[in-house]
Amino acid sequence: MGNPMKIRAANKDGVTEVKALISHEMETGQRKDANGAIVPAWFITELVAKHGDKVVLAAEFGSSVSKNPYLAFKFKGGAKGEKVVVSWKDNKGDSRTDEAVIG
Amino acid sequence: MNNQRRNVLKSGSGAALLGMLAAAGIINPGMALADWNKAAFDAKSMADTLKALGVAGTTDSKDVQVTGPDIAENGAVVPVGVSSTLPNVSMVAILIEKNPNALSATFNLPEGTEANVQTRVKMGQTSNVYALVKSDGKFFMATKEIKVTLGGCGG
Repeated sequence: MGNPMKIRAANKDGVTEVKALISHEMETGQRKDANGAIVPAWFITELVAKHGDKVVLAAEFGSSVSKNPYLAFKFKGGAKGEKVVVSWKDNKGDSRTDEAVIG
Repeated sequence: MNNQRRNVLKSGSGAALLGMLAAAGIINPGMALADWNKAAFDAKSMADTLKALGVAGTTDSKDVQVTGPDIAENGAVVPVGVSSTLPNVSMVAILIEKNPNALSATFNLPEGTEANVQTRVKMGQTSNVYALVKSDGKFFMATKEIKVTLGGCGG
């Protein structure tokens, strides 16, 4: 389990904007350590954001997404007090789910 | 949960079983749809990536915008955004031509989600950054060159 994500969701004029900052190393598998050995790839591959039961974003990441990925998107709907849930899974099979209340 | 899903996919039990599992709430339908496209992410060149994504042909469009800095001082963290005014956008992808693997990320946008996504990517060197957008089943592209003064992929 990684560290918690920071998620903010805000509704304005019927559109909810979600901003998520995910704590993850996002190692490319192309970098070498001090001894010249390749650091194995370790990055988030899949991310899903849901509002209630509805998927509002399904993303796939490659290793070239930055360390501690940032993501912002907008969807129609959502109301103050409702929840947005973001889940990710990495190439080692680790996963994490966090949620935020729409403000 | 995820292991279970993998097994179901591997055993090739077909859509019917997947549907049943989804209905029963055992697997998350959203996650099942987003099965990581290894071929596309492993592809080296732009052409191979597009092929792996199942893109037959693209049209350059002024209705697709790539946003980002003109010059990125730190290639490890380059903010890139894609937005589009095209109707019914169902998919957005970010490709970086000169990275070891061109494809950076794909976003599937269900109905109701706006074609406006921002993230941060790593860039090894100065390169064209492409935004690929699927609208009404057709693919559109736009590009922006981002100059990198310090690469983000080296050791």
